[in-house]
Amino acid sequence: MPGNPWFSWSYVVGNAPALWQRTLEHVGVTAEAVAISTAIAVPLGVLVSRQRWLSGPVLGVAAVAYTIPSLGLFAILAPLIGIGRTPVLIGLVVYSILIILRNTTAGLATVDPAVVDAARGLGYGPGRLLLQVSLPSALPSIIAGVRLATVSSVALVTVGVVVGFGGLGQIMFQGFRNNLYRAEIMTATIGTILVALVLDLLLWAAGRALTPWLRRRAA
Amino acid sequence: MTAPAGVLQEAFVWLNDPLTWTEQGGVLELAGEHLLMTVAAVGAAAAVTIPVGAWLGHTDRGAGLVVWLTNASRALPTLGIILLLASTGLFGNTATVIAAAFFAAPVLLVNTYEGVRGVDPDARDAARGMGMTGAGVLLRVELPLATTLVSAGLRTTIVQVVATIPLAALAGGGGLGKIITFGLGTQRYGEVLAGGVLVAVLCLAIDGVLAVGQRLATPAPLRPGRT
Repeated sequence: MPGNPWFSWSYVVGNAPALWQRTLEHVGVTAEAVAISTAIAVPLGVLVSRQRWLSGPVLGVAAVAYTIPSLGLFAILAPLIGIGRTPVLIGLVVYSILIILRNTTAGLATVDPAVVDAARGLGYGPGRLLLQVSLPSALPSIIAGVRLATVSSVALVTVGVVVGFGGLGQIMFQGFRNNLYRAEIMTATIGTILVALVLDLLLWAAGRALTPWLRRRAA
Repeated sequence: MTAPAGVLQEAFVWLNDPLTWTEQGGVLELAGEHLLMTVAAVGAAAAVTIPVGAWLGHTDRGAGLVVWLTNASRALPTLGIILLLASTGLFGNTATVIAAAFFAAPVLLVNTYEGVRGVDPDARDAARGMGMTGAGVLLRVELPLATTLVSAGLRTTIVQVVATIPLAALAGGGGLGKIITFGLGTQRYGEVLAGGVLVAVLCLAIDGVLAVGQRLATPAPLRPGRT
């Protein structure tokens, strides 16, 4: 099919402002969703790992919510609360909570009991024990959860096209409607993957900076 | 946009109309199509990944490749792949099955690989000592011991495929997603809501059925909850 190339640099240059604007939308809604999910899931994970009887129901509800397909969730939310950014944000938060919650409880479960005992013996109260011993020990697992949630969210935002807020997904779908303009779909697809990679790299670096003791141990 | 209460009522009325379910292109037909596409996609993915995963796990090769594939597949936007396939002329159900199989494959590959590789080396040694060949060890020792992980992988995969297929309706594919895109296109938001609920219910129901199936497929001594 001549005249419909897979890649077109002139398309990228000519549409740079629109691409950039959609990328910012994409990153913005992902970052906000992951921040909200972390703020909910980490305290919830701490609560769940202290009150054992809560862990079954809470993790169960989160898992059921996670099973609902994104398109289905957006289709349920949009008629009830309107289209646009809000249903996408809520959907991303719902999915990210399960990922971060699971990693938080898993991380807290692997804290060495001997370390907790030692801290207690040194006179640490429950609050200090949590903040200075348990959470730092669980931090690598929590960060892994946040990274996974971020990468999944970036890919999920594109489905938001059905409610009119898909970030780079808008551009993909525009290319589809635009007589299957391949360069447009391809650019947006690669852009989405790049956004995921860059955010993952940033979080990896942040995680490394937050857990300096891991490197010291390795060295 | 109509008030939420009106939308809820519309969805309720639509779901309660027998014709909605039985007419041509109705819910039952679309659900059947959805399940057929799921079977095709999971079958295609399993036919490739289970043998490859088992072989890689048996020979203990390709760990880096397997991990990389799983991570990379998370970052791939499904919608982009479906639309790119559409731009090559692959519309509708075939493209959907290909895309869904593509996304289902990594989970199944990793689980088979990890299941076979993680088999107790003592069990493997014992089988060797009894004179089993490489293929014998794989088929009669490693794969049976890997059933837990493989069936868990199959469950995740099937649910994921059921969840991915609705996306294809955006590019002209069939299945239950059609109700949602049709509702959006005609601004009947009650139907959009009802379609969303149907897709969600189908996914949860299949996950529930598979949870039972997964328990039955696990050899009794490997089941959790036994000591």
